[in-house]
Amino acid sequence: MKRKTRRLYMVLVGLCALGAVAAIVLAALEDDIVFFFSPTEIMEKDVIPADQRIRIGGLVESGSVTKAADGVTNLFSVTDMANTIEVQYKGILPDLFREGQGVVTEGYFQGKTLLADEVLAKHDENYMPPEVAEALKKSGKWKEGEPISEALKNGHVPDDAKPAKEY
Amino acid sequence: MAFNINAFANPKRFMWLSALLLPWVAVITVLATAAGLYFALFDSPVDYQQGETVRIMYIHVPAATMSIAIYVSMAIASAMGLIWKHPLSDLAAKCMSPIGAAFTFLALITGSLWGKPMWGTWWVWDARLTSELLLLFLYMGHMALLNAFDDPSRGTKSAGILCIVGVINVPIIKFSVDWWNTLHQPASLMKSGGPAIHPDMLLPLGLMWLCFMGYFVLVLFIRMRSEIIASKVRALRLRQVHG
Repeated sequence: MKRKTRRLYMVLVGLCALGAVAAIVLAALEDDIVFFFSPTEIMEKDVIPADQRIRIGGLVESGSVTKAADGVTNLFSVTDMANTIEVQYKGILPDLFREGQGVVTEGYFQGKTLLADEVLAKHDENYMPPEVAEALKKSGKWKEGEPISEALKNGHVPDDAKPAKEY
Repeated sequence: MAFNINAFANPKRFMWLSALLLPWVAVITVLATAAGLYFALFDSPVDYQQGETVRIMYIHVPAATMSIAIYVSMAIASAMGLIWKHPLSDLAAKCMSPIGAAFTFLALITGSLWGKPMWGTWWVWDARLTSELLLLFLYMGHMALLNAFDDPSRGTKSAGILCIVGVINVPIIKFSVDWWNTLHQPASLMKSGGPAIHPDMLLPLGLMWLCFMGYFVLVLFIRMRSEIIASKVRALRLRQVHG
């Protein structure tokens, strides 16, 4: 075998071995790599110690957002459509926070309620002008939270929804 | 072999080809930058959720794409340098890493500036952000290793090996948002089902990508050309001294 060919095989074999090692390590560490758990994953866990910080992510359940009697504590539920977890959070909510929005909350469990000290908003992968979003919603072709690529690809953006040229 | 890749490994031919291409790349870069910035800042719609903040995307997304694309090119160049000992591919890898590091830094900074108003935080240790930070460290390690030895060829070899090993990080960055729960949203552009970005926003995004791509090629050519010229000058000086 020529030296060049041998070097080529060494690089290829080395890369394959490294890739396998990386895949195994990442699979083993999955619980540490995920940024948050869904409510269902939390339910499936046995006992969560009261002194363990935990992040849960999901959608803010519609109709669940209220204020506590003290006027500053926000109460809402985070859901993944299968399970729901109640959250208490004292502080200012991010701008994107609203019902149906994806959020990640972090804090300690007290009973079945998460006492959060941080609420972060997630946003989805869709980017479009507000008029288009409005028109798509009205036409029933798209619901907030779904990917819009199909709607855009099929030319479902109605003509009257073309944004006026005043940005 | 009908197509001989070795033909491009000739520095003389590279000097000729790059001199020919440089003005065209420069013109394309300037035009794409002007048009891209105009559309990105003035003539594109606001986002239905994010409002004006969406304009950060026109810097952030192309910078992040370039940070990965340059790393892959660098790994290919390093592999060719290690396997076939082409001096020009070693030189290419050496000249690429500072440019790639700059784009990675830009992606991280703009992402942080975008994260604060949208997510509510400058930084979180989620898989996407952490793996992109690792990419910056890989670039910096590559630059450091290149200059860590008195004998430059040893530096080139160790930096090349580091670069090839680090390519494992590339699929991790790309698919981190699909494999794990992250705060970062999934891909908008390179996803099945087509882009989830309105065409009016895709136009400035494409132009800015062309601008970054042109800038990369431009700076890479200039860096490689000056390195080749510098080594020629060194050789001439040596010949004078020993001549």
